[in-house]
Amino acid sequence: MTKAAVIVFPGSNCDRDCKTAIERSTGAKVDMVWHQETALPEGLDLVVLPGGFSYGDYLRCGAMAAQSPVMREVAAAAERGTAVVGICNGFQILCEAGMLPGALLRNAALKYVCRAVGLDVVNGQTRFTAGYAGQREVTMTVGNGEGNFFADETTLDRLEGEGQVVFRYRDNPNGSARDIAGVINIKGNVLGLMPHPDRAFEPELGSADGATLFQSALASA
Amino acid sequence: MTATAKSMAELAQEYGLKPEEYDVIVRRLNREPNAVELGVFSVMWSEHCSYKSSRKHLAKFPTKGPRVIQGPGENAGVVDIGDGQACVFKMESHNHPSFIEPYQGAATGVGGIMRDVFTMGARPVALLNALRFGDPSHPKTRRLVAGVVAGIGGYGNCVGVPTVAGETNFHHGYDGNILVNAMCVGLADADKIFYSAAPAADLPVVYFGSKTGRDGIHGATMASAEFDEDSDEKRPTVQVGDPFAEKLLIEATLELMASGAVAAIQDMGAAGLTSSSVEMAGKGGVGIELDLDAVPQREEGMSAYEMMLSESQERMLAILKPGREGDGRRIFEKWGLDAATIGRTTDTGRIVLKHKGEVVCDLPLAPLSDDAPLYDRPWTAPTPPRRLEPHDAPAPEDYGAAVVKLMSCPDMASKRWLWEQYDRHVMADTLADSGTASDAGIVRVHGSRKALAMTSDCTPRYVQADPYEGGKQAVAEAWRNLTAAGADPIAITDNLNFGSPERPEIMGQIVRAIDGMAEACRALDFPVVSGNVSLYNETNGAAIPPTPTVGAVGLIPDYARRAGFGGLKAGDTLVLIGETHGEMGASLYLRELFGREEGAPPPVDLALERKTGDFVRGLIRDGTVRVVHDLSDGGLVAAAAEMAMAAQVGVTLNATSHPHAHYYLFGEDQARYLIGTDDPGVIISKAHAAGVHASVAGLAGGTAFASEAGLFDIPLDVLAQANEGWMPRYMG
Repeated sequence: MTKAAVIVFPGSNCDRDCKTAIERSTGAKVDMVWHQETALPEGLDLVVLPGGFSYGDYLRCGAMAAQSPVMREVAAAAERGTAVVGICNGFQILCEAGMLPGALLRNAALKYVCRAVGLDVVNGQTRFTAGYAGQREVTMTVGNGEGNFFADETTLDRLEGEGQVVFRYRDNPNGSARDIAGVINIKGNVLGLMPHPDRAFEPELGSADGATLFQSALASA
Repeated sequence: MTATAKSMAELAQEYGLKPEEYDVIVRRLNREPNAVELGVFSVMWSEHCSYKSSRKHLAKFPTKGPRVIQGPGENAGVVDIGDGQACVFKMESHNHPSFIEPYQGAATGVGGIMRDVFTMGARPVALLNALRFGDPSHPKTRRLVAGVVAGIGGYGNCVGVPTVAGETNFHHGYDGNILVNAMCVGLADADKIFYSAAPAADLPVVYFGSKTGRDGIHGATMASAEFDEDSDEKRPTVQVGDPFAEKLLIEATLELMASGAVAAIQDMGAAGLTSSSVEMAGKGGVGIELDLDAVPQREEGMSAYEMMLSESQERMLAILKPGREGDGRRIFEKWGLDAATIGRTTDTGRIVLKHKGEVVCDLPLAPLSDDAPLYDRPWTAPTPPRRLEPHDAPAPEDYGAAVVKLMSCPDMASKRWLWEQYDRHVMADTLADSGTASDAGIVRVHGSRKALAMTSDCTPRYVQADPYEGGKQAVAEAWRNLTAAGADPIAITDNLNFGSPERPEIMGQIVRAIDGMAEACRALDFPVVSGNVSLYNETNGAAIPPTPTVGAVGLIPDYARRAGFGGLKAGDTLVLIGETHGEMGASLYLRELFGREEGAPPPVDLALERKTGDFVRGLIRDGTVRVVHDLSDGGLVAAAAEMAMAAQVGVTLNATSHPHAHYYLFGEDQARYLIGTDDPGVIISKAHAAGVHASVAGLAGGTAFASEAGLFDIPLDVLAQANEGWMPRYMG
């Protein structure tokens, strides 16, 4: 049986959503791991950093969470090749921790935005997107105030050149550079994205496209 | 405080107590109270805490029913939703603070209502809000809208509870007093509901959450008075919210409850430590002794008075079972919350407060509640306006222009600008929200096939015209919206917003609106389980339109059998359920197109409402229909236009047999629904068998919103642009 862990920071609020989404879409066993833990469970195939406001995020989103004890273990697991997904606030944390390039800035319209978004699967060859099997467009929802992806032009060129841009907005909701919604590290095992696959895992929720992401991540384990 | 410089009687008046109320205190105590004691009395006897003007009339509401576990009187109402589960909900106003400081006022309104719900042992699963702003052209309106919306979003989004539904109106009657009514819905195990009554003496009283500061002192008193031109000076009485602290508080509270350590619990809301300690001890019939030096404090040198009256947010008071303080410490430490044992329950029936080694307050608890003023204020019955006759409402010169104007007026225009700022999807159980074509918000009961439907409703222009009929209508519309989603309506929470009860004509509005609501609740088996009263919503003598907001919850047994109004397909027929006479009184049509606010509101026939609604719900439940919309503001035209825009498919409405087409198209007759179906014959024959009126109203197809007789023919994209365009343009 495949095994996943969801990291729980005090202000995480999508931790249960991630657990439910993974369980229902893959049947994997999901452990909840408190942010003060200094070790991850054995034999993990996937680590998820969920959305929310990890430590209130009154300063820079994810900046404090990136320094928490458990993040050293998450980084070590990523080094060993374990798949890591950061969703929304989790993406911000991965950027703050230096595990992904770029940063998430305040939305261009200076407002929180919650809406369904169409996404292009730019790179369908990653371990997180292989299951889309040629499906070019997927639907998920965003809910963020600081989801505006930013990196310098050289970095953006490099990300595009190396296939590290995984998802792109069809109708950019927050001003992200080059419509980037999700990026992967060069090694191909750490993904960050602002849209929520954890809110799109059943048709009743408006889309089941998020389930494929979790299925892919665990199928390749 | 500078109590020495003033007599206690003068200070009492400053704290909002009437001279005769002060006399009662002195008589009961057989002495003058000191300043701290006076503070305690003044907040407990404020309108906000004591309901002294409304209590007599609130007693008319039906509050019992087969599903009611807990009615009014606790932090929130509790209803049984089967399978050992309960739904806990309440709506509450934060009007006065939101006008003075919109961001913090609205944010702390959301925080306060969530605390009421999780204090009962429920996890909050949905938020709603009912907002009334002044005229869009009023210089303050735009800033208030922006601030309130940002505040609601800033708080709810961070805590991680979806904001799924709401209503927003604009009217010059709210220029000086906006309304911010927030509702929270939670889920709990029916056998694990927590209450505030202290069960015994000699138990530890534990404070946890944020530290106490000087914010919000006398907030409850402020909320019990009118505004004048100096109201901006009341900003220091507005509390400041910290949603991250609330998130921690929710998790810690639910964990503490699950540990079995809690004997009684109460949040510190209006009147803070005073009302929480007085209510816990008073309801339990015990006494309470607090050592204020132990209270976690944010500022130095706080007086006993300031600590007792502070309305600092995100604080809880729990009475723990003997020997369980260790559980508390472990949980508070995990969540990083301040906590302290600040006292014990006693058997004295008194509240005793110690500060710096001295007793600063020693009052019998009974008079604080038992002797709270109860007013039977004089009231004058409002004169209902006359029913409009045919020809009273002119036909539009240009039907097409009229439809576009109606669908883009501030009350009808899309509120996407605001609800896109609310996280509507967190918790991953939202099936319908403000962004869905649905008459109610729908949230799954996690891990089950059940779902809760919820709505907030009031049509203030009806209540203004005739408080009794308007009160009935508010309840009936909430019932109808739940029905249109396919839910069994269960119960309501009421949020009564009015002007000053000391004016007989306003008191008349209060009394008659409650009479009408109570009648509708009885007729529809729709009990009131919680509520809130907000009076003195007036500035310089001008009162708001009477606004008794109804928040309602219903149960969908299997969410596969639910309805929305977005699924219309080309070729579908629109079937109008219910009778249309063409009620134009107090209609949106008259107001928006002719600037006329007159006439009797549409009467609500409650028996017909029930029969029609039960029929429609039956069609949804047996799988016959999935596309249903209730008719309300703007009548048939508005409902059909919304269905067309949601599905992006044209609609052509029938030419009418009514002698005046505009009465048929824009009239706001109650107890009506519009159904989209590919088999109208079966619905019409079922309706006739059930004794319900049903007729074909139009056909879906094409790319225009039109009428058969060529009265109007509007390209759908033009209509949608008008509907979507107003608010972003207004907010800039």
